[in-house]
Amino acid sequence: MAMTEHRVSYTLDSSLETIDHAEEKATRIATEMGFPDDEIMQISMAVREGAVNAVLHGNAYAPEKKVTLAFEHTDNDLVITIRDQGKGMDLANIPNPLAPENLLKTSGRGIFLMRSFMDVVEIRPSATGTELKLIKHVHGPTAGDKEASQ
Amino acid sequence: MTMKVGNRQVDGVTIVDCSGRITLGEGSVILRDTVRDLLSKGNKKIVLNLGEVNYIDSSGIGELVSAFTTTKNQGGELKLLNLTKKVNDLLQITKLYTVFDVKDDEAAAVKSFK
Repeated sequence: MAMTEHRVSYTLDSSLETIDHAEEKATRIATEMGFPDDEIMQISMAVREGAVNAVLHGNAYAPEKKVTLAFEHTDNDLVITIRDQGKGMDLANIPNPLAPENLLKTSGRGIFLMRSFMDVVEIRPSATGTELKLIKHVHGPTAGDKEASQ
Repeated sequence: MTMKVGNRQVDGVTIVDCSGRITLGEGSVILRDTVRDLLSKGNKKIVLNLGEVNYIDSSGIGELVSAFTTTKNQGGELKLLNLTKKVNDLLQITKLYTVFDVKDDEAAAVKSFK
């Protein structure tokens, strides 16, 4: 664990335990920052979904690959960054889970849930992995941010 | 809290009382195995009582969808009962509320099977 005054980061294995740990850390930090209960649930769930993507779809449980999880908080925002060491997500091929033909699919809702729960969701795929940035404003969303994350 | 299930029969309908978390890993596997076991034994009228399920992630949602379609494909019916607010909200935003037959009264749920 590395830590500065407003930033804490963790390097974690590509395991199911990492997903639970990421969710627990998000819940604790969001609680400490004073988010209301419903937003704490949203933040913890978005982080869980991000960690699932990193462990399963990014690193594919590879023991030699790590997941980096960082929480940074300012007066206005909680910024969470999750990086994996996979092949990079193909953003062009993410189906809309609300489309009638996709409603009965058993997967593909993680990014949709993150976008539903967070004010900003940025996904930066590369050949050496994917970086996911999740931002929750302390005092609620601004219209511009919500539009930017769609 | 990990996922726990218990089955009981009411007028030919299997009520599966679920509690805990339906998430990637153990929770999803327990739900999958439970539904498959019921279907393999010919129990095709299934109600998942989610009244004590306090958390579900996208994998758990996927497992509910899988349970629904697997049951339907085998000529059965699977309904949901007693959704908590969290689970209800998730089914609303994912539009799955329109897919599942959701009940809030056990007797009515049992009676609704043909």
